[in-house]
Amino acid sequence: MKALVSVLVVEPSEIICEGLRSVLSGSGNYNVLAPMHDATGLMERIPIIRPDVLIINPTLLSSTPKQQLASIVQLRPAMPIVALVYQYVERSVLELFTHAIDIRQSRSVVLSVLHNSLSDKKRESQPVEEQENYELSDRETDVLVLVAKGLSSKEIANRLNISVHTVNSHRKNITHKTGIKSVAGLAVYAMIHNLME
Amino acid sequence: MFTQRMKLADIIAANYNLILVLPRIGIALGFGEKSVKEVCAASHVPVDFMLMICNLYTFDDYRPEIDEFSKVDMSPLVPYLKASHSYYTAERLPHIGKHINHIAKGIDERYGRVLKQFYSDFRTEITEHFLLEEKYDFPKLLSLQQGIRKRGSAKTHSEKSHSMLVDKLNDLTQIVYKYLPGNVLPEETMELVFDILQLSSDIQKHALVEDRILLPYIDWLERSAE
Repeated sequence: MKALVSVLVVEPSEIICEGLRSVLSGSGNYNVLAPMHDATGLMERIPIIRPDVLIINPTLLSSTPKQQLASIVQLRPAMPIVALVYQYVERSVLELFTHAIDIRQSRSVVLSVLHNSLSDKKRESQPVEEQENYELSDRETDVLVLVAKGLSSKEIANRLNISVHTVNSHRKNITHKTGIKSVAGLAVYAMIHNLME
Repeated sequence: MFTQRMKLADIIAANYNLILVLPRIGIALGFGEKSVKEVCAASHVPVDFMLMICNLYTFDDYRPEIDEFSKVDMSPLVPYLKASHSYYTAERLPHIGKHINHIAKGIDERYGRVLKQFYSDFRTEITEHFLLEEKYDFPKLLSLQQGIRKRGSAKTHSEKSHSMLVDKLNDLTQIVYKYLPGNVLPEETMELVFDILQLSSDIQKHALVEDRILLPYIDWLERSAE
């Protein structure tokens, strides 16, 4: 059986809490935790109950909502925070949330917003692991050969029709990848790798 | 920081590289349980100078204060630097050169040739660097120490030229253990790598002595003479 996603709802209205519980639990994917009716003690509660998603009515946020949200994020970075909207909420406050549920939305829309908030967070917290390539690229090899032949960065830039800045960034990568800093050392590298005609 | 009351053997235990420094300062091995102060007195070495060098070799952040130059007997500085130069040029560089030549014989002739060429260029460069210092900086310092101020003798070297020499030694180690064929004389190749790394770290400290003691000391003497 798949583990359920635990949801903490922070919302003053019991009716709305119950409604949300019914919608979410009904989908079979969510475990709705005991709701909180205001934000007092929220910071203490989150580390203990460790919800996977937080759904909060933005009107319950303090007078400095940005800071408050930031400290919640810091507390549990992988937990998406979704706004629960049915009253007037300042646009600037609403913009602090990447996802919002409006209680007038249909069941399926509410579920998909929640689903998206989780998958977006997952993508964000797991940056595509860039496999560092330690071998020289073709362009870096071109630059290396010209460095080994004794050309200056400016001459190499002219020869390859690229900017001096680009040449220097290739040179930096070459040194980073090979561990060799001196021109003479790079010339030996080029010889040993049969890069020189 | 090391002090004169410490046992010399404890200082060596704390930084075994200092064993290379002792003969250059004029201290022979076999000092038993004597303190730094006792050993220096017996060898006629100014203890403050000896500690200055040992501290510089050991503590990365150590940089003598300018006013120390007025309190410390700095007369052994030039002999010390010369002894270091001759240790490098007469012992370490030829020793490494022998390994390089031997390994070069074992590998593809073309690779062997570039390897030997790289090393021989490096050796020429560093030897010239030492010679320039001995020809200009050291005599200038010696006459300043005697209160004679020579005009127009500029400093011949900079921190940059030191770091370029060290870069080349590091390049050499990379080339030797990463790019030479691994199946040719592996034991000798490893020995060579350790020899080069040892020389490289010693030369880095030597460069520090010049950058943090020699040059500021010359500056200080020149300003005091004005």
